[in-house]
Amino acid sequence: MTRKKLNQSTETKTASTPFVFEYSPAPQETNIVKIEKKNKLFIDGKFVAPKSGKYFATLNPATGEKLADLAEAGKQDVDLAVKAARKAYKNVWSKISGEERGRYLFRIARLIQERAREFAVLETLDNGKPIKETRDIDIPLVAAHFFYNAGWADKLNYAFPGHQVSPLGVAGQVIPWNFPLLMAAWKIAPALATGNTVVLKPAETTSLSALLLARIFQEAELPDGVVNFVTGAGETGAELVAHKDINKVAFTGSTDIGKSIVQATAGTNKRLTMELGGKSAHIVYEDAAIDQAVEGVINGIFFNQGHVCCAGSRLLVEESIQDIVVKKLKRRMEELRVGDPMDKNTDIGAINSKEQLNKIHSLVKKGREENPDFFESSCPLPKKGYFHRPCFFNNAASSSTVSRVEIFGPVLSISTFRTPDEAIAKANDTNFGLAAGIWSEKGSKIHKTALGLKAGIIWANTYNKFDPTSPFGGYFESGFGREGGRHGLLPYVEVNS
Amino acid sequence: MNRLKVSKTIKLFIDGKFPRTESGRTTDIFFSDSKKLYAHLCKASRKDLRMSVDAAKAALPGWSSKTAYNRGQILYRMAEMAEAKRQEFLDVLENTMGMSTEDANTQVDQAIDCLVYYAGFTDKYQQVYGAVNPVSGPHHNFTTPEPMGVVAHLASTNLNLPSLVSEIVSVICSGNTVLTVLPENGAAIIAPLSEVIATSDVPGGVVNLLTGSFDELYPHIATHMEIIGVKDQTENDKVSKTLQIEGALNMKRISTQNEENLKDIKNILDFVEFKTVWHPIGV
Repeated sequence: MTRKKLNQSTETKTASTPFVFEYSPAPQETNIVKIEKKNKLFIDGKFVAPKSGKYFATLNPATGEKLADLAEAGKQDVDLAVKAARKAYKNVWSKISGEERGRYLFRIARLIQERAREFAVLETLDNGKPIKETRDIDIPLVAAHFFYNAGWADKLNYAFPGHQVSPLGVAGQVIPWNFPLLMAAWKIAPALATGNTVVLKPAETTSLSALLLARIFQEAELPDGVVNFVTGAGETGAELVAHKDINKVAFTGSTDIGKSIVQATAGTNKRLTMELGGKSAHIVYEDAAIDQAVEGVINGIFFNQGHVCCAGSRLLVEESIQDIVVKKLKRRMEELRVGDPMDKNTDIGAINSKEQLNKIHSLVKKGREENPDFFESSCPLPKKGYFHRPCFFNNAASSSTVSRVEIFGPVLSISTFRTPDEAIAKANDTNFGLAAGIWSEKGSKIHKTALGLKAGIIWANTYNKFDPTSPFGGYFESGFGREGGRHGLLPYVEVNS
Repeated sequence: MNRLKVSKTIKLFIDGKFPRTESGRTTDIFFSDSKKLYAHLCKASRKDLRMSVDAAKAALPGWSSKTAYNRGQILYRMAEMAEAKRQEFLDVLENTMGMSTEDANTQVDQAIDCLVYYAGFTDKYQQVYGAVNPVSGPHHNFTTPEPMGVVAHLASTNLNLPSLVSEIVSVICSGNTVLTVLPENGAAIIAPLSEVIATSDVPGGVVNLLTGSFDELYPHIATHMEIIGVKDQTENDKVSKTLQIEGALNMKRISTQNEENLKDIKNILDFVEFKTVWHPIGV
């Protein structure tokens, strides 16, 4: 039954529907979080006002209201942060033992767990993603990443058989807004475990959780300068990656910016890790458990409003089951609850910014011009804030905009195939290669498909699963280097001969 | 009675065949420290380069899907063939590079040893660098390295046979295919090397060898969208910078490090991708 019908029946109150439960929101309280009105930079273990003297506002995307002012780090601020990181590397972090480094990281992991709810609420306020996701996925994974990497710090001799490793020095890291604190953890934890120090720039729309993480570092008595946060937008990031005294650049974000970073650092000896965009294929074979597959497709594209680099944004469904899958998808999409991210029942929260919402709107508009076979959920949207209904384009041509461009929103494209070879060929028909999904009850078919897919992460009969022990990263224009697992240490060390 | 020697026409090696450059251009090379002609070598063009990439791309599915055991045997076969071709390798090293017989023999020994070393690695690097990951939940999760695709290889300017062979064989050992631009100084090595490859059951297109001008060819390598990896042994800052800037177009993986160690898993790891597969555990 669709939501519309459900609402109608509520209004008419016929005898055949004696009672209908009204929806009751389950709001998470926000008073656990205290947000400073004016935030500083975190350099050399202290919160310092920016030399640039500039500040900018960060908003709650679910309401469009201002949450706080953030400092905008200029060239001089970035330089101070890199100097602090270099000093900490030379004097402290490269001097202490791996065991000692591990102790700090374990401490950090535990402190994050203790303040987990506070982090979850803050992240949802600043990012717009549902509280059930920050509470159950983002923040637990943040703690897990620190805990996992902590254990590596004194075991690096086991990491790369036959080789000793040494740290690179100072890492400059630039992260996106879709998983703000989780991306910070993915970057900081392995860098620190392997003996590097860090200057990190959070995304300009989602910096608050990083600043709370800085408080955790203070509580953990992490030596000054080992991690520094410079808030700001693209210009701050460009200053950081161009700084002469960093040895390593780790970037997660769009493919276009990734390419410009590669070009900006050409001719230097900076090591790079690039986690870029994707247009991941989600293959559903006719022998799949269809209801589970539909649930997987929903999770694949609508998790985190579709703001996921590995989102399963291209559904490839075997022709014989297209109609039933599309029908079930529509039904399931009508049940998705879009709205207040602070409501514990919300499935799809706010789009992170006005800018991103406009981008999604314009791509959907273009998609509808190319292909009128469009469906969107009939759910009501909140009056305030930035929201987008979950939607899909059915029978999307491989060459169409919605099949090729990363939308980074709750927009799915659907096309069909007839044979496994065709499914693999269509899935690989992209410049990206981050992830892919396969649904089938036949093991040998799954392995054959997984082998043929050119992507760094393959989810078979599941999707969007993440774990600190599991390497993450792409092929081709989805970037290079891995984060997570033993392989995630590799980008932060020199493997000696 | 003096018999006039039948001298060999040295050509390119593309797709398992020995074509002349489509451009018809040649470069003269001489016996070391003399003006006596050794051979006219082909000066490969952009089109030859593109044909090599096409051949390498076409050979990729077949080569990468061979069993690791089979690839190992083929690489070992290359060692066997190289041993039998020792005299021809020595001829090039001594006559065009001016090496002593002793030094030349050492280079051939080391090159053959590299072939044997990587022949034995085709079915082991996955075990050393793959992983079963203990994720926190009911999932089977494993990571395996797999070949990257078509790799272009710019050899060092002066021929070092063990280093050249080590790079080629470490790249193809995992299932990649390669096109190598041979050193300008020592390019005549293409003759014995290509014949070793051609007689070892290496499928056509897996290794493609070009002789010609580095300066002319490397910008086309940098911009070619079907090349995903580049091994740059030139130690030339201008070359590596161009490769990085232009190579960003399709996010090429570029390795500029000249490994000190010819026999090292690191050489294999430069051109593999790690793929991680998840599957639920349950009934």
